Amino acid sequence: MKLTLKIWRQKDAGTKGKMVDYQVKDISEHMSFLEMMDVLNEQLVGKGEDPVAFDHDCREGICGMCSMYINGEAHGPDRGITTCQLHMRMFNDGDTITIEPFRAKAFPVIKDLVVDRTAFDRIQQAGAFISVNTSGNTQDANAIPISKHAADEAMDAATCIGCGACVASCKNSSAMLFVGAKVSQYALLPQGQVEAADRVRNMVAQMDLEGFGNCTNTGACEVECPKGISLENIARMNRELMKAAVNN
Amino acid sequence: MSGFFKSSIGRKVAMALSAFFLMIFLLQHFIINSLSVCSPDSFNEVSHFMGTNWLIQYLLQPVLIFGVVFHFVMGFVLELKNKGARDVKYVQNKGAANSSWMSRNMIWSGLAILAFIVLHFIDFWFPEINTKYIVGDTSGLLHNGEGFRYYEELHHKFESPLRVGAYVLAFVFLALHLMHGFTSAFQSIGATVGRKKIMKKLGMAYSVLIPLGFIIIALYHHFNH
Ligand code: HEM
Ligand code: SF4
Ligand code: FES
Repeated sequence: MKLTLKIWRQKDAGTKGKMVDYQVKDISEHMSFLEMMDVLNEQLVGKGEDPVAFDHDCREGICGMCSMYINGEAHGPDRGITTCQLHMRMFNDGDTITIEPFRAKAFPVIKDLVVDRTAFDRIQQAGAFISVNTSGNTQDANAIPISKHAADEAMDAATCIGCGACVASCKNSSAMLFVGAKVSQYALLPQGQVEAADRVRNMVAQMDLEGFGNCTNTGACEVECPKGISLENIARMNRELMKAAVNN
Repeated sequence: MSGFFKSSIGRKVAMALSAFFLMIFLLQHFIINSLSVCSPDSFNEVSHFMGTNWLIQYLLQPVLIFGVVFHFVMGFVLELKNKGARDVKYVQNKGAANSSWMSRNMIWSGLAILAFIVLHFIDFWFPEINTKYIVGDTSGLLHNGEGFRYYEELHHKFESPLRVGAYVLAFVFLALHLMHGFTSAFQSIGATVGRKKIMKKLGMAYSVLIPLGFIIIALYHHFNH
């Protein structure tokens, strides 16, 4: 395949960026999108130009690092995948592909397609944990009975990889699907109950502080999420926050 | 508790509560309007009761006005905050790939409704307030004293095709607003967990049937001259 790529180039956070056109050829339809980017970068390095910076790590849909906005959608046109799992067979010979970084005020660009998603880390640190004594006498988690339904839902919520596609896809740059998943993962389990009120309050407060938008319930996040995290998690988080407010 | 309503989620819950109030009001308004088609006499009587009962006039009416103003002011606040959360826009963004037009344009359907509310106030509310509280005529009777004036006034208003056109268009926007808004409000208060499908169906029924009903009533009065 021969492709035209329109890629956002930005030297660093302080410099203004712009879209730059590149041509790549001999792209196999079996390549992943990141491998296609590797081909481009080898070409650029060969010419002595600065390669396009992009985030990646596992290249198998687990780490959530690969954060590109491809042809107007987070992780491109396919569903239930990250960019590293996007195959070039989703495109046609001669296509023009637009590649931009995830856009949100809370996700500032570091360089080219790399954005700073540490806002998610700070939200996690605000409450996505349970405080247990790890002295060696910790109770076996399996000793506490949990219904199959609750266990399944908590597991589903826990599959969120913190990629930020929900924020990137949301017209409001809202992080509610991510935070909803993290809150739900604990709210559904008995171990999460003790700190439930503080958890949701602190995590939502941190989310607001980071400058993410509000939720309009458009559902774009759920559609674009590589892990199929359900909107119900947002409803559950709202309920948890209301519960925390009433009980206080 | 005050901290709650300052949070992003608290604002959405407040938005949803005002929307619930408006949706209940709309249902009530629809039922009374239907009387103008089925039974003009009952329509007159109910209108007179609503227009002169002090509890409705001095308590519920101000609450309603507050509800409407709160809803659209909060709508603007949310819209501005949300716009501000993305300082650099995408060069290419496919909103339609993952969300409905209605959900992405609540502010525009809302503004259309707001324009309608202004027109509606000029048409009915201001003349009503003028007659009752400035002229001081609370009898609810026609000038010649022969029966109540409400049905006559309503019927007369819908003579103009321009006005009927504006009303019909406004109700189309209301339907679009509610097609997303109804379910969204339940989602905001966390009531959709485990019952998303039924909520979507209920929302579709409410947001199509009620505005369509209003449209039919307006057309009925227009063509029944
Ligand atoms: C007066 C003009 C109006 C304006 C400017 C307006 C604006 C808005 C906006 C911008 C939203 C989305 C808020 C968000 O992003 O979360 C919204 C939501 C909503 N509106 Fe309106 N609106 C108006 C009138 C109405 C009326 C008359 C009704 C019902 C009879 C209504 C029902 C709803 C509902 C149910 C929601 C969803 C609430 C939620 O998501 O929690 N609106 N409105
Ligand atoms: S909810 Fe989905 S889209 Fe959002 S961070 Fe988690 S995995 Fe990514
Ligand atoms: S590189 Fe790890 S998910 Fe794509």
